[in-house]
Parts: sequence; C-alpha cells; structure tokens
Amino acid sequence: MIIGSIKSFGRYCVFMNHVFRVPEKWKEFFKQLIFEINKLGVDSIPLVIIISIFIGAVICIQMTINIVSPLIPSYSTGLATREILLLEFSSTMMSLILAGKVGSNIASEIGTMRVTEQIDAMEIMGINSASFIVLPKIVGFVLFVPVLCVLSMFMGLIGGALVAEFTSMLTMGNYIFGIQSFFNEWYVWYGIIKTLVFAFIITSVAAYYGYYVKGGSLEVGQASTKAVVSSSILILLADVILTKLLLQ
Amino acid sequence: MIEAKNVSKWFDGVQVLHDISAVFETGKTNLIIGQSGSGKTVFMKCLIGLMTPEEGEILYDGRKFRALNSEQKRQLRSEIGMLFQGSALFDNETVLGNVMFPLKMLSKMSHEEQLERAHFCIKRVGLENADNKFPSEISGGMQKRVAIARAIALNPKYLFCDEPNSGLDPRTSILIDNLLSDITHEYGITTIINTHDMNSVLGIGEHIVFINKGHCDWSGDDKTIFRSKSESLNDFVFASKLFREVKLFLEREYEAEENSDNP
Repeated sequence: MIIGSIKSFGRYCVFMNHVFRVPEKWKEFFKQLIFEINKLGVDSIPLVIIISIFIGAVICIQMTINIVSPLIPSYSTGLATREILLLEFSSTMMSLILAGKVGSNIASEIGTMRVTEQIDAMEIMGINSASFIVLPKIVGFVLFVPVLCVLSMFMGLIGGALVAEFTSMLTMGNYIFGIQSFFNEWYVWYGIIKTLVFAFIITSVAAYYGYYVKGGSLEVGQASTKAVVSSSILILLADVILTKLLLQ
Repeated sequence: MIEAKNVSKWFDGVQVLHDISAVFETGKTNLIIGQSGSGKTVFMKCLIGLMTPEEGEILYDGRKFRALNSEQKRQLRSEIGMLFQGSALFDNETVLGNVMFPLKMLSKMSHEEQLERAHFCIKRVGLENADNKFPSEISGGMQKRVAIARAIALNPKYLFCDEPNSGLDPRTSILIDNLLSDITHEYGITTIINTHDMNSVLGIGEHIVFINKGHCDWSGDDKTIFRSKSESLNDFVFASKLFREVKLFLEREYEAEENSDNP
C-alpha cells in the first residue's frame, strides 16, 4: 500500500509537470478558462448559497441553545457563529462539499474523454492534452474559489440573521453586535488562503484520477469516487497543516 | 511511406507482436487485417507512436520515429491524421468546432482561412448542412465522416484509421471505405486502415498485411488474397459462408482464365 501510494504520488507529480506548461495557444486557453470558471465556479454559487444559509442558521440555533449561562454575554451567539463560519465552515466544509460536486464532475468528464479516445486524438495531433484540458480547470477554479468562500461567509451570517429575525431565540441587535465584536480580519484571509489550497487539491486530484482511467464507464465511475475520497482526505490533512502554519 | 522493421512488443512478459516487418506505400490504401485479439491494434498504436515497441524500428519516409526529439515528434504528429474506432469527436464542440480544432491549435491560418478550410473538409465528406450539430445529434456514419474531415483538415501525409466500419451498416461502410480511398488517391496520403471487414479488403485493399497471433503471416493485395496458400489467412478470409462461395466462384474463374490462356 505504501509503495502504491508513493508510485501514485510520483505519477501525480509527473502529471502536474505535463499540466503546468505554457499553453500552446493563449487565445484557446483563455476561452477554455472562461468556460471552466463558468462551469466549475459560477454554477456552484446556488449550492454554496443554499448550504451556507442553512448551516449558518443551524450554527446560530445550536449556539443559542447551548450557550446558556448568566456569565456569558448574549452577543456570544453571533460571535461564535461568525468564528465558526470564517474559520472552518466556509473554507474546509465548503471545500469538502465542492470536492463532491466539482471533483466528480472533473474526474468523470476527463475519464470519459480518456475512454472515448478523445485524449488520444489530441495526443496524436501533437497537442499536450494534459495541459490543454486540465490547466484551465485548475486555474479557473483556484481563481474563482475565493468568491465562493467569501460568499459562503456572507450567506452563513445571513442564515444566522434569519434565525434572529424570525425566531425569539435571540435579538437581531445582539446578533449584529456579536458578529461585529472582536473581529479579526486575518481570519477572512486565513479562510481564503485555505480555500485556494483546497481548490488546487480538488481540481488536480480529480483530473489525475480522470486522466489515467483505463477501461470503460464502470472505471470512470470508480475514478470519480476515488477522486472525491482522496481529495477529501487530502483537504483534511492540508487543513491541519495550514491551521498550524497560519494560526500559530 | 511508412516502414515497420522487426517490431516486437511485450505486455507484462507476454509477447504480443513477434518481429513484424511491413511497408506501407504512399498513395495507397494499406490494410492491416486480422482476428480480434491478433495484435493489429497494438501494431497500429506502435506505428503511430502511442505505444513504444521494445524491439524494432518505425520509419516515416526514412525518419526513425524513435530517434526523433520531442519537437520533431510534434512536427511529425502534425503530419498524421487519425480516425478512431469510436470517432473520438469532442462532445462539447459542434461538427464545425471539431474540424476547426486542429486548425486552431496547430496552424498559423487566420480565422477566415481556418473557416474556409474547415468548410472545405466538411463539404468533402458530404456534410454541408451539419456544421452546427453536436456529435450526439448525428448518426454513427456521420460521426465517422466528421472524424475523417477532422483528420484531413491539416493536409496530413499519413492517415491512420482504426476499424472505420465498426458499428456501421453495410451501405454506410462502403461509403466510408470509398471516401477513405478517394481521399488517399486525391491527396497522395499514406493510409493505413485497421479492419476485419472483408468488404473493405475486397473494396479498397491495395496492400494488405495479415496479422495472426502477433505474427505477420501474409502480405499482398486484394487480387492475391484469394489465391493465398496461407492456412491461417484462409481460415480468416473464408470464415463466412458467403466468402467460401466467393472462393469457389473465383477458383472456377481463375481456372477458366488459365484454360483460355493455355488452350
């Protein structure tokens, strides 16, 4: 298993070496880039909005229920909701969710191109297929993911505000005061930096599994599953390392 | 002209190609025939450079493929057109987009010139009204024709076709065969077609190489194939009842010819 993992990592590095080459035609690259930003990034906005609002609301409710002590100020609910969203949810949890959506999309798309010989067709033409197909996906998603991260933070806070507005669990004034209290701007940057790394993991790992598919549709499905599982584990591993590095 | 010299290939210690030598001449439709699993696809992949043979040489007009550096290989690849078994059209591109693709990526033509060339190729394969259709919206035969148009877009010197008739009805198969043959003669291309369709062999087989269990058992043309004494070739060619009857008919024809020559 260890030798297998080392081999896979080596092959992944060789693959990345092929991917990160100067595009053969910049015009085509930018056309692909816009297409991928739209497909991988913009199309993920509804999912990010829905999940963030609901999770923001749930975090707010749970904080209100669990933080019941006369020693803890009432604005703590808003503060805790904000910290959870900024520090973990909008970066790590959202990336895990996007690994499922974007990762499986990339792995199955590239895997299908492999089994239907579309990649071979490019190679025979003399085109660097790895760079042509994968580079716009990686660059596009990494460029757009900070937008998703900030949007998720904002929508999560809106979710909490909806709880304050429509329930009697806490007042809107307390919630607003809470989310403004002890604000550390670095936490936003910390979330964005983490998301950039996670976006690279999601796209490159999924592309790697898709690119090296052998067989037919069954194997494409398996590659898609492996891509999601592997990128999720790597995201969690990277989360620990980045938290240690960035928040120490 | 493409030459294969003593090509051998192994997979996990199992030899799948045994010392194959063959010459594929320019301006001719060269066919590689053989049963499924005989090694003809592996041989073709070795010829194109998608697989590297452990032994032997592939020469493109005297240029040793193995000796070329990456830039020279890239240059050579731009001279190669390939028609895949499943057409391998890009799903997210229209018919026009597919034919334009190699022109956009590899030529220095202006957009207008690219469009003109793509339209010419699409017209050449008889698909004038399908420009804006996606591969999923056209039939298998039309997909093959789009793939041919894409393959000839850059005026290739070498054209490879992997089972161009698979999954097609007999009429469409003949149409594709004739198209490939016409294009070969019109543009003086070295065409290599991988097939096990005997109609193609009889229709367009100007030079035929028969691969059996990884060995080159026979080579010749569509005239001599019926007179061959090779047992493995006869087993393959006359597997169907129709061709056994064709053989009997031809034998009688040959006999009559010989009798008339020597009264």
